[in-house]
Amino acid sequence: MYLGMAAKPDLMPGTLDLLILKTLTRSPMHGYGIALSIKRLSDDVLTVEEGSLYPALQRLLLKGWVGAEWKLTETNRRARYYTLTAAGRKQLGIELSEYEQLITAIGRVLQSA
Amino acid sequence: MESVAALVRKLQMLFHRQRFNRELEEELAFHREQIEQELRDDGITMEDARYAASRRLGNDTRLKEEAHDAIGFRLESVAHDVRYAFRQLRKNAGFATTVVVILALGIGAITAIFSAVNPILFKPLPYPQASRVVMIWERQSDGSRQFDCFGTFHGVQKRTRSFDALAAMKAWQPTLVGKTQPERFEGQRVSTDYFRALGVEPVLGRNFEAADDQHKGPNVVILSDGVWRRRFGSNPSIVGQQVTLDGDPFTVIGIMPAGFENVLAPAAELWASLQYDPSLPPLSREWGHHLRIVGRLRPGVSRQQANSELDVILRTLGQMYAKGYNESGGVPAGMLVNSLQSDVTRDVRPALLTVLGAVGLVLLIACVNVTNLLLARGVQRSGEFAMRATLGASRKRLTRQLLTESLLLAMIGGALGMFVAELGVRALIALSAPGLPRVNAVGVDVAVFAFALGVTALVGVVVGLIPALQTNRGDLNLALHNSARVATSHQTMRRALVVAEVALALVLLVSAGLLLRSLQRLFAVDPGFDGSHLLTMQVQESGHYYDSDSNRLQFFKNALQAVRAVPGVVAADFTSQLPLSGDYDVYGVQFEGDNIAEEGGNRYAVSPGYIETMRIPLRRGRLLNDRDTTGAPTAVLISESFAKRKYGTQDPIGRRVRMGPDVGQPDKPWATIVGVVGDVKQQSLAVAIEDAFYVPTTQWPWADEALSLVIRTRGDAAALAPAVRNAVWSVDKDQPIVRVATMESLLTVSEAQRRFTLIVLGAFALVGLVLAATGIFGVLSGGVSERTREIGIRSALGASRRDILTMVLHQGMKLAAFGVIIGLVGAALASKILVTLLYGVSRMDPVTYLGVIGLLLAVAAVACWLPASRAARVDPAITLRAE
Repeated sequence: MYLGMAAKPDLMPGTLDLLILKTLTRSPMHGYGIALSIKRLSDDVLTVEEGSLYPALQRLLLKGWVGAEWKLTETNRRARYYTLTAAGRKQLGIELSEYEQLITAIGRVLQSA
Repeated sequence: MESVAALVRKLQMLFHRQRFNRELEEELAFHREQIEQELRDDGITMEDARYAASRRLGNDTRLKEEAHDAIGFRLESVAHDVRYAFRQLRKNAGFATTVVVILALGIGAITAIFSAVNPILFKPLPYPQASRVVMIWERQSDGSRQFDCFGTFHGVQKRTRSFDALAAMKAWQPTLVGKTQPERFEGQRVSTDYFRALGVEPVLGRNFEAADDQHKGPNVVILSDGVWRRRFGSNPSIVGQQVTLDGDPFTVIGIMPAGFENVLAPAAELWASLQYDPSLPPLSREWGHHLRIVGRLRPGVSRQQANSELDVILRTLGQMYAKGYNESGGVPAGMLVNSLQSDVTRDVRPALLTVLGAVGLVLLIACVNVTNLLLARGVQRSGEFAMRATLGASRKRLTRQLLTESLLLAMIGGALGMFVAELGVRALIALSAPGLPRVNAVGVDVAVFAFALGVTALVGVVVGLIPALQTNRGDLNLALHNSARVATSHQTMRRALVVAEVALALVLLVSAGLLLRSLQRLFAVDPGFDGSHLLTMQVQESGHYYDSDSNRLQFFKNALQAVRAVPGVVAADFTSQLPLSGDYDVYGVQFEGDNIAEEGGNRYAVSPGYIETMRIPLRRGRLLNDRDTTGAPTAVLISESFAKRKYGTQDPIGRRVRMGPDVGQPDKPWATIVGVVGDVKQQSLAVAIEDAFYVPTTQWPWADEALSLVIRTRGDAAALAPAVRNAVWSVDKDQPIVRVATMESLLTVSEAQRRFTLIVLGAFALVGLVLAATGIFGVLSGGVSERTREIGIRSALGASRRDILTMVLHQGMKLAAFGVIIGLVGAALASKILVTLLYGVSRMDPVTYLGVIGLLLAVAAVACWLPASRAARVDPAITLRAE
């Protein structure tokens, strides 16, 4: 494999988008902030690879679910801040309910076994 | 589903690519700084933090590429790949040119050949439900087929229930006498349902009706679209009017459509009714075997069913008309129902299949070569790919890159191949033997082209991917440092390629070699006469003035005098049939003591000087002279082999025979054999029917209406043609003169089909040999070059130059020998198809086989020896250091 660049199968497919959208509901954030936030909120269980994060952000930008603008950070560095758009908020609702359905279904299977 | 808005955003990003890249880089740099900061906060030194940060962030290039993938269009990266591929190919112009040329030749050749063969052999004929159209022949007891007689046709037509339509036909060559030169047309005499059997109708006027085909019925004619345009200016009111053919008025009743393709007589332009006598009098033309029958099977009736029905009918007819049949050679053993398609293509099938097989071999060799080239290049580039992978190119991207390169090669090769195909088809038509059916239907076949392109492209793609797969599978580190290991994995593939290449080339070369030797033998065959400086043409008589035999003979006599007076003419004479011209005129001969005609021979009714003019040698007795004429006892010459077979060592001079219509007629006088002359090839150089007899035209029971003029000239025979023609026309300007040719061209034409096959096959064999030789060389020398290191080690360890050469040669020749063995099996099988095209050469001819094997082994030896000696000459120290 490529010099340790293996994609980590930690996250179920599609969940990264969900996590990013959810993270952005609190406030606009830059990429690093999003990664950090996910890491902290999950008690270091979920590590978002940068290799997945930025392509995912580009995808979300394209779909119009997030917006981006360059702003200064508290330490006066330029950074690209991502915001959740109205369409993104709607998408988050859809994805959340889909996710819950999925989790419930998985739960049922696991309990019956 | 992408919304319009997303598409717009995508386009924006595409157009502001640079900004996108800049922003992405800045964003990533920020990210990296943040990680560094985080790590430093944890107490790690600046240096370590930076290192750890970039490790965590990972491969920059790859990250960017993936971000690009997320936003970019496929097309964008495709365009990029194509640009890169072009650069790569330009950098390796030699490699690219070689591959493109090989592909173009391979694709072009198979497209051209298949384009020619497909409409002739495989495509349905241009008639509705063409598979129902069949030809019907009489079958002889040895299984061979013969022309039908009208008695058979008439009887079958009345009784059969297997056919929707059934028609008999024969050739017809009417002359249209006009104000200018007389024009002779090719035409057909056909029975009522001819066009119905084919499933075509006149566009103008009407089809033949039963009332037209009556014995001594009305003279009606249907015109082809071509004649209608050329002679009658496409005037539709010609239908119903009269034209004069052979001095008789014919009413035009219909015009055939422009697209009508008459495969049974491609040159025919006029059709008239057959008008034979249904009362079938014995000893009449109604019992002569000279008709062909075409039929349209009733739906649901198979050829076998029809065939067995016809066999039963024939048995009935044989009993009813025993006398009629017996006078023309007896009742046939049965009937033969053959599909029209296979009937029409019967003569050319072996030649075309041979050529098709040859071109298939060439394409295979081309594929093997391309495979080898791509493989060798893959080895060279394994380092490059390892490098790109290390720098972060994804496997998908590398694969796509290689695909693009291969496809680009295939496309350029294909485009050139189309060009080659177009040229090839034109050359084929120009070269084709006369009488090749359906030539006008031949054109570049796009479907075949696509197929050939597809096959080669597929090979290219699959092989082209090998380096990518190897790169991805293997250990990059190893690939970077030591391409030798990657190379060894190709050795098996290379060995297979050498074996395949040698085997394919052997099959191709043996086939071409066998044909070449056949042709050599054929042209060495003595035709039995001197063909040099000999002009020939056929003079026909047309018009009612020549209904009388004496007028006919007088005209030919006068014409001969006029021709002999032409300056440059050494000698001139007439004959009823001309050797190697396609004439075939055999009559029964009854030797004194036999009750019937046990023998038949080619009949030549000649003017007395014919034998001398042709320079046929006299073996015994005397030649014909002017005293052998009307009123005198009939004098006859027989051919050498005829005499030998009949009389053995006895002297045939003075023996008596009855010929043709006099056979078995006790009231007719005997003719006397006055001389024996050398054998002459009549049909073709390859066919050995040499029984023949020569009689003066004036002593044959009737006067032929068409005679061939043979003129021995002083200088160039062809140059004298106009003067000779004018001399004949000075006697009667309305007599058509056709088939003007020098004997030398007839000799060539009679072997045209073999020659055509040989030229095409020879061309392919040459291409195949060049491809195979370069291929074998490429594969073997490539293999040796890759082993330079190994050879270096060996010589460092004390192997002499000689040892190394022996080793390399031994290994290479072992592969070549293996290829030869496989190739021999292939060639032995392939030569089965060739058998009908061979003459005087066994299909296992040892000279050909040994020669080809020697040639290929020599090529292989040179291909091993050159690189091996180069490798052995190099100082081992340098070789080893070079790695």
